Amino acid sequence: MSSHILSLLIFIPAAGALLMLIGHRFISGNEASEDSGKTADFHKWIAAVFTGFQLLLSVWLWLSYVPNGGIQFQEHHAWIQSFNIEYFLGVDGLSLPLIVLTALLSFIGVVSSWNIKKSVLGYFSLLLLLDTAMMGVFCSLDFFLFYVFWELMLLPMYFLIGIWGGPQRMYAAIKFFLYTLLGSVLMLLAMLALYFYTEPHSFNLIAMIQSGAAIRDTFWGMDIRMLIFVALFIGFAIKVPIVPFHTWLPLAHVEAPTAVSVILAGVLLKMGTYGLLRINYPLLPDQVYIFAWSIALLGVINIIWGALNAIAQIDLKKMVAYSSVSHMGYVLLGMAAVVSTSAAGSQAGINGAVMQMFNHGTITAMLFLLVGVIYEKVHHRYIFFPKDYKDPELAGKLAFGGLAGQLPIYSGFVALAFFAGLGLPALSGFISEAMCFIGGFSVFRTLTIIGTLGILLNAIYFLRSYMHIFLGPVSNAYKGLKDMNGRELLTIVPLAIIVIALGVYPKLMLDVISPTMNSLIKLVQSMAMMVGIN
Amino acid sequence: MTPTLMFALAILFLPLLSFAFQIFFGSKIGRAAHWFSLAALGVTLSLALSFFANIFITPGYALLDVSAVWFSSGSFTVELGIYIDNIAAVMLVVVSTISFLVHIYSTEYMRGDPRYTRYFGYLGLFTFSMNGIVLANSLLMMYVFWELVGISSYLLIGFWFEKQSAASAGMKAFLTNRVGDIGMFIGILLLFMQLGTFNIQAIAEQVEFGAFDGTGLLLTIAGIMVFMGAIGKSAQFPLHIWLPDAMEGPTPVSALIHAATMVAAGVYMTVRIFAFLTPAALEFVAVIGGITALMAAIIAITQVDIKRVLAYSTVSQLGYMVMALGVGAFQAGFFHLTTHAMFKACLFLASGSVIHSMHHALHKIDDHSTDPQDMRNMGGLRKKMPITYISMVVASLSISGIPFFTGFLSKDAILAGTLAYYHLHHGWTIFLPISGFGAAIITAFYMFRLIFMTFHGEPARKDIHEHLHETPGAMTTPLIILSVLSLAFVFTIPSTVNPFNSQGWFTSAIHTGENFAGLDMEVVGEALHHAHEPAMMISLTVAALGILAALLFYLFKVVDVEKLTRRVNKLGLYNLSFHKFYIDEIYDAVLYRPFFWYTKVVAKFDWELYDQKFIDWWGWLTLKISDWSGYSDYTWLDQKVVDGFGKATRYFGKELRLSQSGVIQNYILGGVIGILSIFILFQAF
Repeated sequence: MSSHILSLLIFIPAAGALLMLIGHRFISGNEASEDSGKTADFHKWIAAVFTGFQLLLSVWLWLSYVPNGGIQFQEHHAWIQSFNIEYFLGVDGLSLPLIVLTALLSFIGVVSSWNIKKSVLGYFSLLLLLDTAMMGVFCSLDFFLFYVFWELMLLPMYFLIGIWGGPQRMYAAIKFFLYTLLGSVLMLLAMLALYFYTEPHSFNLIAMIQSGAAIRDTFWGMDIRMLIFVALFIGFAIKVPIVPFHTWLPLAHVEAPTAVSVILAGVLLKMGTYGLLRINYPLLPDQVYIFAWSIALLGVINIIWGALNAIAQIDLKKMVAYSSVSHMGYVLLGMAAVVSTSAAGSQAGINGAVMQMFNHGTITAMLFLLVGVIYEKVHHRYIFFPKDYKDPELAGKLAFGGLAGQLPIYSGFVALAFFAGLGLPALSGFISEAMCFIGGFSVFRTLTIIGTLGILLNAIYFLRSYMHIFLGPVSNAYKGLKDMNGRELLTIVPLAIIVIALGVYPKLMLDVISPTMNSLIKLVQSMAMMVGIN
Repeated sequence: MTPTLMFALAILFLPLLSFAFQIFFGSKIGRAAHWFSLAALGVTLSLALSFFANIFITPGYALLDVSAVWFSSGSFTVELGIYIDNIAAVMLVVVSTISFLVHIYSTEYMRGDPRYTRYFGYLGLFTFSMNGIVLANSLLMMYVFWELVGISSYLLIGFWFEKQSAASAGMKAFLTNRVGDIGMFIGILLLFMQLGTFNIQAIAEQVEFGAFDGTGLLLTIAGIMVFMGAIGKSAQFPLHIWLPDAMEGPTPVSALIHAATMVAAGVYMTVRIFAFLTPAALEFVAVIGGITALMAAIIAITQVDIKRVLAYSTVSQLGYMVMALGVGAFQAGFFHLTTHAMFKACLFLASGSVIHSMHHALHKIDDHSTDPQDMRNMGGLRKKMPITYISMVVASLSISGIPFFTGFLSKDAILAGTLAYYHLHHGWTIFLPISGFGAAIITAFYMFRLIFMTFHGEPARKDIHEHLHETPGAMTTPLIILSVLSLAFVFTIPSTVNPFNSQGWFTSAIHTGENFAGLDMEVVGEALHHAHEPAMMISLTVAALGILAALLFYLFKVVDVEKLTRRVNKLGLYNLSFHKFYIDEIYDAVLYRPFFWYTKVVAKFDWELYDQKFIDWWGWLTLKISDWSGYSDYTWLDQKVVDGFGKATRYFGKELRLSQSGVIQNYILGGVIGILSIFILFQAF
């Protein structure tokens, strides 16, 4: 089947960015270099319309996707023929939810950035460029193309944090950039190794499933398969982020503007686990067996370590950032269950992991958006003021209190998002977390039992911060705050609906992803058998 | 869809509809919105009664057992389903009745509250979640509603969230419950991995047919793990600490959630899983129940807050129920759940009536510092509030286990159960009857202490007393209904008219099948039969003794209580009870504080040490290396080596320039020497 819908999905935002650059000249005339109100509106609306169109297109893609139909909407063209590099796009149950998530969060990111003042053209064009790159990553089935889009993400992200971020933005941006680049280097090495070891040399991720099984060599006495796996794993681990490669995350999240935090936590983190499932699992299944226990262990460490850190935070945004570390741990635990001998266990684990990727994307997006709402109102987001706060009278004191009485709508949505974050049933997070645990438990009992502590730890920081900010005696400092406005509701309500809908009726999601993921399990288990678990 | 299924779904979803209605439209409609909730709950109650009416036809069989796939990935399938047998039907009636009465009561108690409609919404959410637990046919579904009950309890405890104590209490309740929930979740995982199903009946069947081989250790562990959920929800030691704090919620909420229904959910769940609890697991259950029953009763003696006395009384009575399950008298345990729901709801609502009246009186005299719940500010209320007084006396007689009242019927059976257990097992198990009878005497004592301190004697504060008056009909009517339901004949007549015979229509209605992993029910039944008479004699004696002591201490004041207190406190016993065995303080010192300190250390390590020092050290190292390479590149390689060539060239150029003399002879000489040299060199080789 040949269609161009995926190319369209990828390049709509880029086209929007281009239109902005051209239109800017026409509207502002040649002399005006600063953004006038007129051009700012132009850029915002271009961004909103293009991402909105992309979102509609992605919904259409979801609706016309056939769950049992394998890889669909393929586009296959030769690109750089001398190296057998292809322009190869396609969608299956693993990438589809993430494509929709990307489109959704990009649109919401644009809407939530409506009040950006600093060089609007630059901001929105970079945001759209980022959108193109992310979409490209999820649609690519050629490793080289994947890598190109992967690297393309870095550039706009670097500038978005570095220019529109908080006080420590330069430090945060450079840290994010270098950390991620280290991962990219390892990924590049692994990619080249895969290319040269497969016969015929290829970057085609589907073809390499078969040809990759034949790779047999050693390098300095080490199994080359293991080396490739580890290099790829570290490359992806930095993105997830897996402890101990996680410290770029809280800093980048805290410094980034709201929309960028939303996209960073909502989409970019998933690329790590997506990469593992898309490349490591099918290409090196025997290594998955060797490393499954370690992946589960890392998952449990993520769950506990992220949660413990989150409990100690006094900055709400940092708390949410660490909660992401914890929640991504569930994904790893679920993924590790692919080696389960019980079919129910492995299916619960893998499908749970993919659902958790999507659910965390929506829940954490809600959390960051809501933090952004309060930050825009009062220009800080402390739960407690730090001990060295600029105003010594406030230092170390409770920052808010009793907001629930003044901002009923806002506090209601925060409660919903927090409950979703702590895994309350009837909200989407519960289903995927429970499935990850069920999967994990079918193979790694002790580890999973330790991991279930996360159920308690996550509740601790969400409920404590909720109490400190929204409950208790009303603080006089924030009387007369206005509740959420229509634009803010437009960003939150769709996410809230998704979170509730998938919590009550997870079939909506599971039916789309499970055929793909079940065949991935079969593939990994049978290929591992073929390659031989050495 | 059969009518029964429709009814069951209506029971489940009508209260949820009430929640949604109040949240979205309540504040716009105002006070009148409560009619919607009342109507929804009224219908729920009548539907529950329709199931109840059917249990007599075939007791022990399911009235409804349906399942549907919720979601599935092929091999991994999760079903939702409804299972209604006689136990569930009774529980539905209990929940709906109390919920409905509490709705009526609240229309008066919560009058004028700024979040009046939201309160009714939360009550609806709670009733929905609770009915979900009752109807669930699978452990996972039960867990889902279990958590939803937890969150509605959180919302209702913290309903007056402007009070810091209420906000903290809600959080404490949720988190403490979650500790138990983790255990329950692990238990569910264990059973699922072993048996491949979450369905309770299916698990029981597979266990019966020997799905767990060998010693059954794994089954014991799974059972205890699932039971941990009950330890949290039913406020058993050591997770009981949240329940007394939960009294920060509005009093009708305490009656509904923290006395009659939610806290009974743990007991209900244990009844549900009873069939696959092994003897070892049951022993554990019995011990937990025994400890809780006695400990909480001892704490209740010295409390002065009227609601706290009732709260610890609730913990103690829940301990009774759990102990009953542990010793195998699980019908007695469930019977007690039912009777307790009625009389304890009555006690709480009556105390709410007192508090409401006190509150208004204090408001009238413009006194905002006096605690309206402190019994030391009361006294002599019986003439002012006769209906409240009488209903509270009825409920107190019932909880004390006096004949003609419901508590006698169910409690007696439990005590017989503990005695029977001792006869069968001997040894340390004597602790169980001791705890049972000990708690019984203490219960009678503190209940009548409460009655006498509150309603009898001289008013402690004349100024308050003047303004006290009986509460309106919306509050007293539920009290009357509940106190009637605390009379024994309701549960026995017409099957038996003998007030000392607990085997009435109700006990036969809650009769169930007898396939249990843990117990040979014939042996237990035999032992129970023999223990019945001595148990009744002892329990009557201890109840009378407890009431007598309260009479002497607090009504006739024959004994100087203060003196006695001081004497007892020489050993620190009074303080031990008053400070609840210091359990909160101990947890604070050994759990909470170290834990939060530890998280701070973790965060410091993570950021200040690991990231700022270790990770950034690589950055520093890279900079150093590039500094060095920059230095070597420029200062050494460029300036020294590369420029050295230049300098050398220049130097030699400068020196050689001297040979460019312009004198032709010198050039010729040079040329000749050169040619000669080449010639000689070539000759040499």
